[in-house]
Amino acid sequence: MTIASIPTPLALVAELTHRCPLHCVYCSNPLELARREKELSTEVWARVFQEAASLGALQVDFTGGEPLARPDLRDLIRSARTAGLYASLITSGLPLDENRLQELADAGLDHVQLSFQGPREESSIEFAGVQAHAQKKRVADWVKQRRIALTLNFVIHRGNLDQLDEMLSLTEALGPARVEFAHVQYYGWAFANLQRLLPTREQLGRSLEILKNAQQRLRGRIRVEYVVPDYYAKYPKACMGGWGRKVLLISPTGDVLPCHAAGILPGMTFENVQARPLRKIWEESDAFQRFRGEDWMPEPCRTCDRRAQDFGGCRCQAFLLAKDMTVTDPVCSLSPQRNLVDAILEEVNDAASKSVAPRVDWVYRPNPGKS
Amino acid sequence: MKPLPESRPRLAPGCRLNERSSPTRMLLMPERVLRLNGPSLEIIERCDGQHTVQQIIADLQAVYSKADPPRVEHDILEYLGQLQEQRALDFE
Repeated sequence: MTIASIPTPLALVAELTHRCPLHCVYCSNPLELARREKELSTEVWARVFQEAASLGALQVDFTGGEPLARPDLRDLIRSARTAGLYASLITSGLPLDENRLQELADAGLDHVQLSFQGPREESSIEFAGVQAHAQKKRVADWVKQRRIALTLNFVIHRGNLDQLDEMLSLTEALGPARVEFAHVQYYGWAFANLQRLLPTREQLGRSLEILKNAQQRLRGRIRVEYVVPDYYAKYPKACMGGWGRKVLLISPTGDVLPCHAAGILPGMTFENVQARPLRKIWEESDAFQRFRGEDWMPEPCRTCDRRAQDFGGCRCQAFLLAKDMTVTDPVCSLSPQRNLVDAILEEVNDAASKSVAPRVDWVYRPNPGKS
Repeated sequence: MKPLPESRPRLAPGCRLNERSSPTRMLLMPERVLRLNGPSLEIIERCDGQHTVQQIIADLQAVYSKADPPRVEHDILEYLGQLQEQRALDFE
């Protein structure tokens, strides 16, 4: 591949830390979490923002872990804004008080995406292992008062999908400009808990109807966005908008990855921003070049009309399901390995129809800030 | 969704233009970027909570005096409606 065909990234996902007061059973962090002493410094991040902006990136998403666990978050936001980036904070909303939020606003924070585990306090306690719901509602108000854009993000799955109406009522009460209903993505901690999280076919059908109606009803007031979980879809999602095409993610320790989950892929090494300029890593590193474009594609992708739309789907999902990161994403109905996904769906739907499933223990994600 | 002529559009919280110095002017907003051409930039720059929709139409009809005035009005109303659906605008 020639340098001329290297795309311009749109967004940098800055995974500032793996420390987090929540213990979500579907966390997107790797199973092996980075410790605090290994996290990048304020100064290195500031340089990275300049490098990302000069590569053409327009936005930075501060995430984690819980980015508020970084005491220097205000300085990081300021240096991202100085670099010309649009700054989003993806947060659980704790620990946060009004004074700290004001500091972040003064530093130039543009947008807060506040995550919810469901419509009630019990949802936080069950799915995140912590009491957080009341605090989240306070944070939503503080954000709006400061004229920062607010997105609510409800992570949905079998355990809370039947509470969608309640989630929509809560959304209307809090009045954000935008709400996302994000189905759990089955990697990392969520893959470990898949049997409990994947919704049933019936549940999904009902939920899509509710969401379509809400989209119509709230048009012009609240933008309602959602995505179908791709195990139930006919074609795979265009994961990250294509490998090394739109997004780059930097881990707490400075490794540069094409997505949240790529660390699980065997034989892949990721270069570090402390060792090499970001542009070089984006344009030339083996990890980014490996699945960029179409040269790597097997059949049926190679000759498929949809290859420029979904880019062969997700490499991590191919690895998790088919144990081979180079095959067509098995969720695709054209994949020779679609039977693997169908078997999971069958098992989940069967078990659910027999009801009284035994209570399985969740695998809670730990907090690497504590030993 | 059609904005009222007397209402005053204003960029919604967290929606802003990128730096004046950059080669491409863009509207930055949560999870989205809108690239702006001449007329769309002229419109957005007037979405300041001061100009009414009517004033924006009159201004643009003057700037683009060679264009058909009803056509300009139609396009502006449609554009403002789309921005409202994206939640990039509030109307006061």
